[in-house]
Amino acid sequence: MIRVDVALRRGDFTLDARFEAPEAGVVALFGRSGCGKTTLVNLIAGLLRPDRGRLDIGGETLLDTAAGRDFAPEDRHVGYVFQDARLFPHLTVAANLDFGLKRSRGRQRVIEYDEVVTLLALAPLLHRRPHSLSGGERQRVGLGRALLAQPRLLLLDEPLASLDAARREEVLPYLEALRLRLSLPMIYVSHAFDEVLRLATHLVVLETGRVVAQGPLTEVSLDPTLTAIVGPAAVGAVLDAEVLERDAASGLTRVRVGRSGELKLRAPDAVPGAHVRVQVLARDVILSDRAPAGLSVRNALRGRVVSIDPQGDEACRTLVDLGGARIVAHVTRDAVAALALRPGGEVWALVKTVSLRSLPFP
Amino acid sequence: MGLTPAELDALLLSFNVAARSVLFSLPLATLIAWLLVRGRFRGRFVLDAFVHLPLVLPPVVVGYLLLVLFGRRGVLGGWLHEAFGIQLAFTTAGAALATAVMSFPLMVRAIRLSLEAVDRGLEDAARTLGAGPLDRFLSVTLPLMLPGILAGAVTAFAASLGEFGAVITFVSNIPGETRTLPLALYTAIQTPGGDAAAARIAGLSLVLGFAGLAISEWLAHRVRRTLGQA
Repeated sequence: MIRVDVALRRGDFTLDARFEAPEAGVVALFGRSGCGKTTLVNLIAGLLRPDRGRLDIGGETLLDTAAGRDFAPEDRHVGYVFQDARLFPHLTVAANLDFGLKRSRGRQRVIEYDEVVTLLALAPLLHRRPHSLSGGERQRVGLGRALLAQPRLLLLDEPLASLDAARREEVLPYLEALRLRLSLPMIYVSHAFDEVLRLATHLVVLETGRVVAQGPLTEVSLDPTLTAIVGPAAVGAVLDAEVLERDAASGLTRVRVGRSGELKLRAPDAVPGAHVRVQVLARDVILSDRAPAGLSVRNALRGRVVSIDPQGDEACRTLVDLGGARIVAHVTRDAVAALALRPGGEVWALVKTVSLRSLPFP
Repeated sequence: MGLTPAELDALLLSFNVAARSVLFSLPLATLIAWLLVRGRFRGRFVLDAFVHLPLVLPPVVVGYLLLVLFGRRGVLGGWLHEAFGIQLAFTTAGAALATAVMSFPLMVRAIRLSLEAVDRGLEDAARTLGAGPLDRFLSVTLPLMLPGILAGAVTAFAASLGEFGAVITFVSNIPGETRTLPLALYTAIQTPGGDAAAARIAGLSLVLGFAGLAISEWLAHRVRRTLGQA
């Protein structure tokens, strides 16, 4: 387990964050700019000292102010990929990669040099100097350098934030590959939910220095606190789904969500048995009190209303259980009244196939 | 422009004095610059002022103070002579000490600026990669300070070649021992019929000054290019 519980006061900003996450997978630390994400990872790395706190990673206590225990950053073996890469300008790429590796002797190997070079496609860069690299290349080298220090935990502080959209797409696949290839625990800081969706298994939501929600991404994706941060248009359930079969005639793929829910979506590369992650945006869900007929919509799922929360004057946030998978729908108060929706009642959820987004997520 | 043997002596002696002066003050200047930038102690302001004193004091005063301190009967001079047999007053070593003291503020300033320009974020990165304090200084901070250290060394070397007041006061004007270029120039001016010699030495000093500045610029440019700052 990763257990973090730290408090720090700096001027009029107070950070008081506590969260727990499994070591397996990627923990996303998500929140708006200025909510204390970077401060929190600096505390975990040891670059900042908390007023009070405790930090356990995989059964080892790296910090415990109550017991007077505080490992220096150089003794924590916590890797750090900085937003601005921070490659050493006086060293070549190869020497940058070697920096941590040389100092990791005697530690348990996480990854070998050759593998880092292959995985991050660094071979053509090895003799170059950092100033001649593009932003995306710099981040790849920074990632490789941190990995080669053989860390027990890898912190990634918005590694894509300083890149433009094209460069971001260039680096993301490498991060996805790392997630699949390594069993290294990672904490990924981001304010872009899109990145979280592609990488994270666990989500910790931070707001003004406090953890307001935490848990598996599929659960936290339904948490109302997330709405305030990502905005109502981007709110939606994230579902882990298993590919059942691909219908050649329609070109659609059937996937199972939860125990018995089924969705049809476009996933051209999916093979039966593969796992995909599906995002169902709340604004794309239509609720009906009866089975629909004569509609173009391909996904009509029978479910049960879990809860209805009024949001503002018109909208209601309605949570619907579809055979074990939960989705959220934004519908008007007027509709709630007209359909006589109530918790426990039966309902049909209609989702346009083209609005569904699926990402491979083994 | 043929130099007489005496002038050549003065030239070589100047190089000797300047080289010793720079060599000995470089580590100390680096340490002092580090203390001034990174140190968190009470007497920092006093140390800062003390280091810069030679910039504002008349060189003759510095020479006089050195004589008081390091003269044969001086507080430190007596002890050095008795304990190690080192004599500074009226020797080449003394000339190097006088030029070192005079050029020290220039050197500290250059090194200090370069240290202030070092990105602390890079040192933090080194920490997360397992580098302890000394390791970090040697593998990251010092190489990044190199442009400033080189600039400081070259400037101090050039200034040392030209130091006059403190040298003549502390170690006098002894041919072959303490008569560096500016002292030789002074002697030539004082000597009837020494006009030609004076002109030669002045010209030589000018060439050396230009060369020093050019080398300093070239080094700085090269290092900046390696670091990708140009």
